[in-house]
Amino acid sequence: MKGLSRDRLWSIAVLLPSILLLAVFVYGFIARTVYVSLTDWGNDPAQALALDPIIRWVGLANYQELFTGFLQGRFRQELVNTIFFTLFFILGCLGLGLGLALVLDRNPRGEGLWRTIFLFPMSLSFIVTGTIWRWMLQPQGGVNQFPNAVGLPAGQFSWLSSTDSIWKFDWNALPLITASVVGLVLILLAVRAARAGDRTRAIVSGLCAALLLGWALFVGPNVRLLPAPEPHGFNLALIGIIIAAVWQMSGYTMALYLAGLRGIPEELREAARVDGANDFGMYRHVIFPLLAPITLSAMIILGHISLKIFDLVYAMTGPDNTYTSVPALNMYLTSFRQNQFALGAAIGTILLILVAFVIVPYLSSSFRGEEGHA
Amino acid sequence: MKKALLIAAALTVTGTASAAGKLEIFSWWSGDEGPALDALVKLYKQRYPTVAVDNATVSGGAGTNAKAVLKTRMLGGTPPDSFQVHAGQELIGTWVVSNRMEDLSSLFKSEGWDKAFPKDVIGLLSSKGGIWSVPVNVHRSNVMWYNPAKLKAWGVTAPKTWAEFLTTCSALKAKGVAAPLVVGENWTQQHLWESVMIGTLGAQGWQNLWAGKTKFTDPKVVQGFTTFGRVMDCANKDASGLSWQQASDRIADGTSAFNIMGDWAAGYFTTTKKLQPNTGFGFTPSPGTGGTFVMLADSFGLPKGVKNRTEALNWLRLMGSKAGQDAFNPLKGSIAARTDSDLSKYNTYSRAAAADWKRNKIVGSLVHGAVAPESFMSAFGAVIDQFVASKNAQGAAAAAQQLATRSGIGQ
Repeated sequence: MKGLSRDRLWSIAVLLPSILLLAVFVYGFIARTVYVSLTDWGNDPAQALALDPIIRWVGLANYQELFTGFLQGRFRQELVNTIFFTLFFILGCLGLGLGLALVLDRNPRGEGLWRTIFLFPMSLSFIVTGTIWRWMLQPQGGVNQFPNAVGLPAGQFSWLSSTDSIWKFDWNALPLITASVVGLVLILLAVRAARAGDRTRAIVSGLCAALLLGWALFVGPNVRLLPAPEPHGFNLALIGIIIAAVWQMSGYTMALYLAGLRGIPEELREAARVDGANDFGMYRHVIFPLLAPITLSAMIILGHISLKIFDLVYAMTGPDNTYTSVPALNMYLTSFRQNQFALGAAIGTILLILVAFVIVPYLSSSFRGEEGHA
Repeated sequence: MKKALLIAAALTVTGTASAAGKLEIFSWWSGDEGPALDALVKLYKQRYPTVAVDNATVSGGAGTNAKAVLKTRMLGGTPPDSFQVHAGQELIGTWVVSNRMEDLSSLFKSEGWDKAFPKDVIGLLSSKGGIWSVPVNVHRSNVMWYNPAKLKAWGVTAPKTWAEFLTTCSALKAKGVAAPLVVGENWTQQHLWESVMIGTLGAQGWQNLWAGKTKFTDPKVVQGFTTFGRVMDCANKDASGLSWQQASDRIADGTSAFNIMGDWAAGYFTTTKKLQPNTGFGFTPSPGTGGTFVMLADSFGLPKGVKNRTEALNWLRLMGSKAGQDAFNPLKGSIAARTDSDLSKYNTYSRAAAADWKRNKIVGSLVHGAVAPESFMSAFGAVIDQFVASKNAQGAAAAAQQLATRSGIGQ
């Protein structure tokens, strides 16, 4: 009975409540949501809120509706918004955070004060940030009035109310674009594997790439998801929201990077200098590679924040602005204003899958790392 | 031991207090609208002094937050004794179709309300042979607000039809007015759409639309969409960033000539901006809707299975009474749903509206919940947004028709 020593029993007893609670309130509810998303709960208004609703199994119909339904153009635009938002939000936070950290790493005067100032926005909630920035980005005031201070005419950019978009593409071309991008990535992998001398790997990914690209060239152009072309692009009104989000979170990446920079031993820098590296070379070849793990974890944190963002958008442009809307907002409105619980659950499930794309590779890599150490 | 006895005593005391009666009122009236609700509660306490009134207010404009809380409570099996809802389909399409409300027909009969309220209103409150809520107040949605002094300076008058409006719009644009019409965020654009559509279809055509007799793909409705697109060309480009108050400000300061908004704007102009009706701000029915009163009303219903049914019924009786409505409405800035209210308590604008209320044809507002269920209203905003961007009237009409079919309009 070595396995059930006193210590072990104790640890099981202590952990059990939280495991049970997690099982019910996290995984149980995830399972329930996924189940609801496969039913028709709420598609018939008379059944949506009935005391004993009749709920039927409809399989993937809700997902099909979201991606190809005539009425769900808003959701598709939101997916595109999320992708652009995530991209610029992460790039902005990493760039600004790294810049600030590099400046602070040079030990300027009043460093502690600056650190506090830069980190401070993170202590605010997104609602507060959103409200402040909404005032600043008013079309007739705030930021647009800055040029007045030096005698120039006021700016004309409608930060949050613009309805223009750039980089437009037709939603019908989405399978084509996806297949081409994945195909190109596979080709890249194949080439790398071939160079490394891994033959089976190179052949398998080369074949997959050929299949995908072939599909994209010959079948893809004939696939029609929607009856009519539906352009989606990067809405310019999102820029205002991205600025506010970067303002809020870049202090956090700065703190991460600063800790990383301080963790690099002085001997390494000295050794690099002795070897004749100038400042630029030292950063390029010594310091940045050492910061790579920090960049990865920052990307994970920022990535999942940006996928589930809700409050910032709600505070800055309201719930009904489709140009700046995000899936989380739509999930709330669909479930609790339109009473379409199944459709709302489907949006929630899609969000969960998106977040899993970000989190799972990170988790698996960190688990592998731990096993390696053990 | 002593402590246990004390606790037991305390429990019996609170027990007897609850036996004397309790009432929970669920609303989104807070802030500016709080005093009006307080006046009603005060009146209720005068009549039923032993009842403890629990005022469960969830703040947030138009009840967006309150409705979400209400849903969790209803689904969880603890309905409030009486809750606020926009009169008409917002209640019927959500709670009546799911069989969660009590029919109030007998209350309407015993209180004589079927004569006190206009017939059109009773029609909007009814479905499946029942009457489902008691309207406390009435607001008008089809009002065009303008700046009389500026209109004179520009040499134009308030247009009577949408065709005339478009001519006036080009005249004003020629005089250098960048945006003759001011609109705000999405719901105010839906609000404008509703006025344009009623002005195009007429009151009867509008009713047919929601009864399912006219399809959204009908050429006349498509024509309405086209007109709406041309009207939006007269509007400001920064619309989605403006609240309705900010949009009204542009009428007060004369940057824009016209604004279509509900009559809560009158309260904003007189109370907040200190302007006089007819000199500081002007009002007229929105183009093409003269003789039509597009209404929205706050009302209270009785959910099935409430704890304090008698107290809730008394509350509803008070809300529908002349005393109740005349205590509430002057403070809220609305008019009474009853036609026999004491007009001396109301201001200039409200008196004009009350006169129209008695004479005009009454139809329900879309964006404020009277004619379409929430499932339609909430998704319709995206249709309007897409239309304003693409100006594709056929596409928008087809999308609206699909939405209508999905929400069961006209079934």
